[in-house]
Amino acid sequence: MNIHEYQAKKILSGFGVEIPRGGIAYSPENAENKAREIGGSKWVVKAQIHSGARGKAGGIIICNSPLEVAQATDKLLGKKLITNQTGPEGKIVNRVYIEEATDIRKELYLGLVFDRSSECIMVVASTEGGMSVEKISQEKPESIIRSKIEAAVGMQKFQAREIAFALGIKPELISRIANTIIGCYRAFSELDATMVEVNPLVISEQEQILALDCKMSFDNNALFRRNQVSELRDKTQENVNEVYASDRGLNYVSLDGNIGNIINGAGLAMASMDMIKLAGGEPANFLDVGGGATPEKIVKAFKLILMDKKVKVILVNIFAGINRCDWVAEGIIQALQKIEINMPLVIRLAGTNVEKGNKILKESKINYIEATTLEDAANKAVKALKELTK
Amino acid sequence: MTILIDEKTKIIVQGFTGKIGSFHSYEMIKYGTNIVGGVTPGKGGQTHLDLPVFNTVKEAVKNTGASASVLFVPPAFAADSAMEAADAGIKTCVAITDGIPSHDMIKIKRYMRRYSKSEKMTLIGPNCAGVISPGKALLGIMPGHIYKEGSVGIIGRSGTLGYEAAQQLKNLGIGISTSVGIGGDPINGSSFKDIIEKFEEDKNTEIILMIGEIGGPQEVAAGKFAKENMTKPVVAYIAGLTAPKGRVMGHAGAIVSAYGESAVEKVELLQECGVIISKNPSIMGDTIKQVLNGKKN
Repeated sequence: MNIHEYQAKKILSGFGVEIPRGGIAYSPENAENKAREIGGSKWVVKAQIHSGARGKAGGIIICNSPLEVAQATDKLLGKKLITNQTGPEGKIVNRVYIEEATDIRKELYLGLVFDRSSECIMVVASTEGGMSVEKISQEKPESIIRSKIEAAVGMQKFQAREIAFALGIKPELISRIANTIIGCYRAFSELDATMVEVNPLVISEQEQILALDCKMSFDNNALFRRNQVSELRDKTQENVNEVYASDRGLNYVSLDGNIGNIINGAGLAMASMDMIKLAGGEPANFLDVGGGATPEKIVKAFKLILMDKKVKVILVNIFAGINRCDWVAEGIIQALQKIEINMPLVIRLAGTNVEKGNKILKESKINYIEATTLEDAANKAVKALKELTK
Repeated sequence: MTILIDEKTKIIVQGFTGKIGSFHSYEMIKYGTNIVGGVTPGKGGQTHLDLPVFNTVKEAVKNTGASASVLFVPPAFAADSAMEAADAGIKTCVAITDGIPSHDMIKIKRYMRRYSKSEKMTLIGPNCAGVISPGKALLGIMPGHIYKEGSVGIIGRSGTLGYEAAQQLKNLGIGISTSVGIGGDPINGSSFKDIIEKFEEDKNTEIILMIGEIGGPQEVAAGKFAKENMTKPVVAYIAGLTAPKGRVMGHAGAIVSAYGESAVEKVELLQECGVIISKNPSIMGDTIKQVLNGKKN
């Protein structure tokens, strides 16, 4: 789960990370008042969306008066920002963050992630803050400092100091940078985060150490024990169909193609998508209805697929293991009695009682194309699509 | 011979009396698995499915001589149960539970480092379909009847895609020595490398099928290990050719976040290691067949 910049800042400041003064605003008046409250003579209005690269998309505006702050807020609120991370549909701005402007002397990069090979928490730092970590690793790989932290013991002060010295920080500031790094580490480990990124972490002309932009992501599997984190979820930042799916226990990812998929199991779903691609088509989605593929889940899956207007053909691929194909077939028939489908439907069943399942489908009144293997299913789906567009 | 489990392995079920634990225990027993009891804290002394229930894993091990366990405990308590199994001297623990926090997995693995290599438990999973040695024992939730006895060792992350492979092999008359689901989580008990190493030592396994997917470094690490240490051929299929970068594809671990983690890159890196690639999921069985035929000629 991702959260907004202002939420991440609030969390990190609770762990001793210093942030510029700022506040959230939902209207231009609100923003103007916030600017006066914060004081100073220069402010930054920052669109709060779940994406980086907001600056290039016009989502970050520097203002020289409270009036300009109000105008910038007016411009941003309700707008859809399209960045290189949001996809073409963009993300809606429902609130802005007003922050005092910082005189930047030096920009650093600080990130924390799980390192899957060492099974440790990896701290990544660089003197080249302000650009994405991908870009840093391409253009200035020598600037990257990595430090593996053993989660059971936690981060030690010397480890944070080592990173700070490696960044070339002058001695008077070392202890404060180290505290910032440890603060981020503690937030990561105590809140079940999967990513903390402060980019840039700046040293200001006044020698303050400030987290200027922050991102945090959390382990969905741990939300059950992190109520204060799960409350920060903002569904307006997620794809509508993906929210519909996750609220109903379905694993769904929206994609750009036009062949809708209903599959049980994540691996089989990815494999079916691969087959569609190899057959010359493009999948409209990833959808895992769960190993069991219960009739209720199948009904929900059809509804979900039909919400996506791009979909022209539907492919159902169910491998019945502990459950049986005859039971899955009944589920599909039940679903199709409740939902009308006006497009080609390819069904491939496999596994336990496959003959019985196919017989039930054939004897029903549903209009579908039967497929035997994974390959056959993908080929038939692509063929059906081509016939539609002829 | 098989790896990890056979018909003699004495097995206990952790989370025995719950709905899911009961259902799958019944299926495992029906398959012929030597289940000797189960653990549900607070229900010790009761009998469930005609087998004894214990309060702790230590008690269960002491009374039954069990050396393996299968774990159906809900995610919030699963890490605790896995560590309890490790401490009670269980040798192989298969964690089926889906949804264990990553921070908990790190904790389990750190906890297990206190044991010497000979005393250390092998943890399989979590978020996996389990382990099956066809005709001998089933420790998990897979449909036993699609697995034919034979000499192919299978390791995969996904449940249903593993079933797909087993079915393709069965249709070609090819059987399996052991099939191991290592699960779809970013941090798991045993890696691809840990398992292919066991298959290399197993006399009955002739060839290995590795079913990987996008995300993480494990498939490539196994490929490198195979190149340097293995005599048996390794065939691999990597799912997720069409998966977009930075998105989680169902499995928490199926996310491309670094170089070498996409399907295309993994395939290239594996080919460099001499791993034979099944180009699509429909021909996993055929690819194995070809390699086996080539070996005989």
